[in-house]
Amino acid sequence: ISHGHGGSHSSSGGSTLLGYIGIDTIIEQMRKKTMKTGFDFNIMVVGPSGLGKSTLVNTLFKSQVSRKSAGWARDEKIPKTVEIKSVSHVIEEGGVKMKLTIVDTPGFGDQINNDNCWEPISKYINEQFEKFLKEEVNITRKKRIPDTRVHCCLYFIPPTGHCLRQLDVEFMRRLSHSVNIIPVIAKSDTMTIEERQEFKQRVRKELENNGIEFYPQKEFDDDMEDKSDNDKIRETMPFAVVGSDKEHQVNGKRVLGRKTAWGIIEVENPNHCEFAQLRDFLIRSHLQDLKEVTHNIHYETYRAKRLNDNGGLHPISSNDTQESNL
Amino acid sequence: MAQQKNLDGYVGFASLPNQVYRKSVKRGFEFTLMVVGESGLGKSTLINSLFLTDLYSAEYPGPSHRIKKTVQVEQSKVLIKEGGVQLLLTIVDTPGFGDAVDNSNCWQPIIDHIDSKFEDYLNSESRVNRRQMPDSRIHCCLYFIAPSGHGLKPLDIEFMKRLHEKVNVIPLIAKADTLTPEECQQFKKQIMREIQEHKIKIYEFPETDDEEENRLVKKIKDKLPLAVVGSNTIIEVNSKRVRGRQYPWGVAEVENSDHCDFTILRDMLIRTHMQDLKDVTNNVHYENYRSRKLAAVTYNGVDNNKAKGQLSTKSPLAQMEEERREHVAKMKKMEMEMEQVFEMKVKEKVQKLKDSEAELQRRHEQMKKNLEAQHKELEEKRRVFEEERANWETQQRLEQQKLEASRTLEKNKKKGKIF
Repeated sequence: ISHGHGGSHSSSGGSTLLGYIGIDTIIEQMRKKTMKTGFDFNIMVVGPSGLGKSTLVNTLFKSQVSRKSAGWARDEKIPKTVEIKSVSHVIEEGGVKMKLTIVDTPGFGDQINNDNCWEPISKYINEQFEKFLKEEVNITRKKRIPDTRVHCCLYFIPPTGHCLRQLDVEFMRRLSHSVNIIPVIAKSDTMTIEERQEFKQRVRKELENNGIEFYPQKEFDDDMEDKSDNDKIRETMPFAVVGSDKEHQVNGKRVLGRKTAWGIIEVENPNHCEFAQLRDFLIRSHLQDLKEVTHNIHYETYRAKRLNDNGGLHPISSNDTQESNL
Repeated sequence: MAQQKNLDGYVGFASLPNQVYRKSVKRGFEFTLMVVGESGLGKSTLINSLFLTDLYSAEYPGPSHRIKKTVQVEQSKVLIKEGGVQLLLTIVDTPGFGDAVDNSNCWQPIIDHIDSKFEDYLNSESRVNRRQMPDSRIHCCLYFIAPSGHGLKPLDIEFMKRLHEKVNVIPLIAKADTLTPEECQQFKKQIMREIQEHKIKIYEFPETDDEEENRLVKKIKDKLPLAVVGSNTIIEVNSKRVRGRQYPWGVAEVENSDHCDFTILRDMLIRTHMQDLKDVTNNVHYENYRSRKLAAVTYNGVDNNKAKGQLSTKSPLAQMEEERREHVAKMKKMEMEMEQVFEMKVKEKVQKLKDSEAELQRRHEQMKKNLEAQHKELEEKRRVFEEERANWETQQRLEQQKLEASRTLEKNKKKGKIF
């Protein structure tokens, strides 16, 4: 849902209603509107190559939406610098249309010298904010500003089983204030259940020690209900996931999974991995919240900084015909 | 060329291999293995699994449990005995490799270490007294590739390119239980393709005359690079006790060749090709190093290795002569020095003795003087005393006379009265 969603709830004391008025149909009206306009969701995947990012995204959205499927060959060379490649698809479910954009970052963490490999990513995120800001600040605004801001960043942690790498800490530290970071442990079928628990604990502790606030951030919990829900989620994060887009037969059912010589790893089986939890969390319960946090908090922070820095908004690019001064 | 001659009877030198074998068993064997790879790839676990020991245990945790800022090179030795044969196994570990944000030149400490071992061996080989020649050269380097499923990383390529001419590099796919069989096949093919593309010379298994062995070797070659899984935990599977990793969906067995190539690696490394690894290290890598080192010296004309002074361009005999001369010169010098020291010491001692003699003499004089002084004093006292006595005696006599005189007077008076 784009810009127009402000959601003002006036908290005046409720007066008892004498009959049925029909205010609650507003939800139905909103739903109809949403279905007509559809909404955008932009997700970024970050991590060194070979961690199954593209496979996971395909599994999440149950379709071939990743860059890999859109024509990237398996033995394409690793780029020398971090590139930002985005692929958009429109997917529909139950009458609701979603424009899903996957932003991939090939080359991240793959070089011998990975200094500042987070900079292109940071720049991209800020550029999207800037684009939105410019549209917002225009005199004649579009009815619906296209939202290319990154709503969620899935950061893939390699399953070393020991602790976070220097690179992981650096990246998350620098970007947790401009985008919602959701850390996931990739290829978690490499670890036994005990190893996985230990690793998660260690990762959580390290994130805490370094002051990295991943989504859902503690400070944005609205009320007690949110807090308890989110606390439960925070306890199980980072999610240990396995991705697969191949189906196999298990007990007469067709499931998504990976077939090894010693068993089949079912992707959606909560005993095997936490993919189902991640999917529910990301799509079924917190999708809207991700967008809201991005809009209300990260974007506003960026906007405030920009306006304060320049003492007024001067457009960055010079080929804009409509300049506006505040 | 010498002609091959057929023997008429049994001579007996066919037992030569046995003699060699017995001698080697007595001597024991040495083997140095290096493991390189990013942290968290299961290197320590694999070493423990290969040699069925706990080289890294809870009391002495492996390098992965300690975070390193720079690449370190650490050695640990373990003596393994089996069937009367003992093996001194040295594991060289490289914690910190590939773990930093900037990994440029993280291979340099490793290259330096390998070179320094070669240099040690070169120096000990060039010595006159060669009784003890410990061989600490790295015989084999196991390089762990992360199981990404795509291909080699730039770091992998860079490292192997720099080390394939210095040491036997055996690439392994670590944590292979993460890959399905198809992914594994594809990954291996991709890696071999890239290795050939970059002209990296990994360790090649030698061709033998034996047909049977050749078939085995070919089988191994098809499976390169070996995909391994390590574990020392024992799990029950179908009432059999095996080493493996327990997952909710099954047990990945370490020694099952359908699951991973661990048995192939172990057999190749320990049971069949250990000696060949040592030979290749000695004949190829070490010789490369040696010829490069010595050629560098002659090219420059000046002996760059002044520090040791033992490398030279002369033939071994001349070098021996020189060493002998050096040795003799050293001995002479030492002798002279010792004589000097001896003389000095003697002089010192004599001086000391003289000093103490003088001291004694002085004291003697002193005491004599004291004695004389005392003597005089006493004489003086005596004289005074004698004088006094004389006086007293004289006085006494006078008194006596006086008394006599008075008494006589009295007597006379008395006598006179009577008249």
